[in-house]
Amino acid sequence: MTIDGSGKTGPRVGEIAMAPVRFAMGLVDAPLRKLQKVAGLGGMATFFLLPNMLIFGIFVLLPFFINFAYSMTGGSALFLSDRSFVGVDQYARLFDCSNYLDPNSCAEDTFWTAVGNTGWFVVLQVTLMIAFSLVTALILNRDLKARSFWRAMFFFPVLLSPVVVGLIWKWILQRQGLLNFGLYGFGFDPYAWLNDRTWSFAAAVAVSIWAHMGFYTLILLAGLQAIPKDLYEAAEMDGTRSMRVFMRITLPLLMPNLLVVIVLVLIRAVQIFDEVYVLTGGGPGTSTLFLTQYIYETGFATQLRNPGLAAAASILMGVVLVVLTLVQLGLGRSSDKNGGRK
Amino acid sequence: MIGAAPAFVPVPRLGAGGEGSSKVEEEKKMNKINTMLAAFAVGLLSSTAAFAGEVRIMWYSDGVEGEVLQDLLGRFMKDNPGINVILDNVSYSVVREQLPVQLEAGAGPDIARVTNLKALSPHWLDLRPLVADAAYWDENFGGQADWMRPDGSNQISGFMTQITLAGGFANKTLFEQAGVAIPSKEATWDDWAKAAKQVAESQQVPFAMALDRSGHRLTGPNVSYGANYIGADGKPAPLDDGAKAFIGKFVGWVADGTMSKDVWVSAAGSTYRAGADDFINGQLAYYYSGSWQVPNFSTKIGSNFDWVATASPCGTVNCTGMPGGAGLVAIKYTKNPQEVAKVMDYLAREDVVKEFSERTLFLPAHKGLVAKGLEFKTDDAQAKAALNTFVAATAGLSDVAQKLPGWFWSDAYYGALVTRVSQAAAGELTLEEAFSRIDADVAAKVKDSGL
Repeated sequence: MTIDGSGKTGPRVGEIAMAPVRFAMGLVDAPLRKLQKVAGLGGMATFFLLPNMLIFGIFVLLPFFINFAYSMTGGSALFLSDRSFVGVDQYARLFDCSNYLDPNSCAEDTFWTAVGNTGWFVVLQVTLMIAFSLVTALILNRDLKARSFWRAMFFFPVLLSPVVVGLIWKWILQRQGLLNFGLYGFGFDPYAWLNDRTWSFAAAVAVSIWAHMGFYTLILLAGLQAIPKDLYEAAEMDGTRSMRVFMRITLPLLMPNLLVVIVLVLIRAVQIFDEVYVLTGGGPGTSTLFLTQYIYETGFATQLRNPGLAAAASILMGVVLVVLTLVQLGLGRSSDKNGGRK
Repeated sequence: MIGAAPAFVPVPRLGAGGEGSSKVEEEKKMNKINTMLAAFAVGLLSSTAAFAGEVRIMWYSDGVEGEVLQDLLGRFMKDNPGINVILDNVSYSVVREQLPVQLEAGAGPDIARVTNLKALSPHWLDLRPLVADAAYWDENFGGQADWMRPDGSNQISGFMTQITLAGGFANKTLFEQAGVAIPSKEATWDDWAKAAKQVAESQQVPFAMALDRSGHRLTGPNVSYGANYIGADGKPAPLDDGAKAFIGKFVGWVADGTMSKDVWVSAAGSTYRAGADDFINGQLAYYYSGSWQVPNFSTKIGSNFDWVATASPCGTVNCTGMPGGAGLVAIKYTKNPQEVAKVMDYLAREDVVKEFSERTLFLPAHKGLVAKGLEFKTDDAQAKAALNTFVAATAGLSDVAQKLPGWFWSDAYYGALVTRVSQAAAGELTLEEAFSRIDADVAAKVKDSGL
């Protein structure tokens, strides 16, 4: 027997290594054959999907239905069996508003403040995140010196835990933080950035972009590198201006990646919580209080918690996320029909 | 596809001989398996036995009390080798936010150090039938027993590890450097604000005053201005003129920069924030917190500057601070109630409470010990003077202030106060809006509770 065609004889290394695997497969082969006879080929597909379906069911679907059941109950008790059925009262309480644009006119004013803040955050963060990620990806796609170093630099914040991100920026932005220390050195008066409603909101957006931009840049960079070079060469030979090249070649061919990035950024923005919670605690006042923090505080962190109200708010947030995902799927399909690159 | 899968050849067992030798092999194998199973069972039983004597304590620390307790527990375990006490040191927010959820689920530690004593009292274990001498507990800890048991019961839930009293601290060095006299103990909140502002302007510190972001802390001054949260039926009453009077002043001081914005404005909801670090760093002329800060200041300020404890400034009605403290309670979901009672009996012993209080500089709740007096283990004259100031201030507590720690709705009221007053301080709500929101929030809590 040979192992490398050199003419030497001896045991096949591969065969020995595979022996335990073959043994294990031999053990399951017979019962699976019997099962296939009973269930048929279609049934076997279901059988193999079952573990995943079970995990999905237990960890995604079941909590969703339990959460929905909680949203129909009242009181501060934890177990469903100890809670009273209140129908849609919790939803009615959330929507009890004379003017949705004025949170002070709503029974649950902090919920609508959080909705408004989250809406503004999504608009600003998604727009700026896409813009910065795209520009960074375009720059990193060029022949730069130390290109790998720059790519690593932009990706590095993604590796940090959100709590660490929040703490780092808190140390920079707080009244006695690094930024004021630097400004003081240049003769400026220190400023309490995190006590200012506008600046703290801007800080929440900026820190979130800084922390996650590297990941989206990477997705866009992969898309840019997949665009055939000959298209650019042809455009160059035709003397096409660079803006036109970007609008007619780069952007259309990058659209599938861009759509993925938009949806991921949107979902992440709606769910914003951890780094901002550490950075500002939702303040000053409620100017950086977002939906997830409202849900957390209502369900867990206040005296005499209201899990039902928190569950109702999270169901509404889930509906928004489903709508956003469906919009993305619709956009993706229409992009495919219009000849978008897969 | 299964149909296309390669047929796997079963591999013959190594060392398989004839029929007879195969039977012997089989018996040997069975013996081996039985031995392994027996060993596993013994291991399992012995580990279960270890769990049977285990007592977990959830503990948070403001200063050195965690280390002191660990030391005391070490001695207990030496004398009681069958009981393994595990001290889980956690942050205060874990006790406030995660412990209640664990308790609702019928889980949690065996013993916990908590401040939310009354509202969670249905989860505490009744130690009366388990402790060695219930009369000792009644005699020495009976004064605060109602704070931690369901209304109308005579349950022994635990004991206070410390009695605290809210009160103020002045940076004496800053006052002296500014040439401003420290206000007397009859001084009002307005007097203190005026004096502290003069000091801050003269010494160029960022803020004149700070008051912890806590409903408990805000309540002392409110009561000094005549507030009473407790309605005639024992349920929460709407915010009265006394509370509105002080809150109005307080929000005004935050707006004009007299009070620290960092503490009250920089968070949403009922999140707790202390101003202690600013005081320790010499950034505040006057800080309103409580007696539990004394060991913290003694350790961290050292000789950097001189400081003094003041009693609570006066309002229009009295000069009360809020009493309170942390209690060590047994949890009723424990699997080892006998061991828990032994640990609690040990920690409640007079000599143990004495050592704990003297080393941590905490005011004890033990009646007999208070009567005999303590020798706090510190050379810091400022700390000793501060503790004496707080002990003396207990004489001036108002009736309302003394009732609130044992009132079921205190924490619900405090939460609404913090949330809405901080919104008013941030300029999001007018004072009138904040007042009506506080009433609405508290009413909603009462309705949600179903009580």
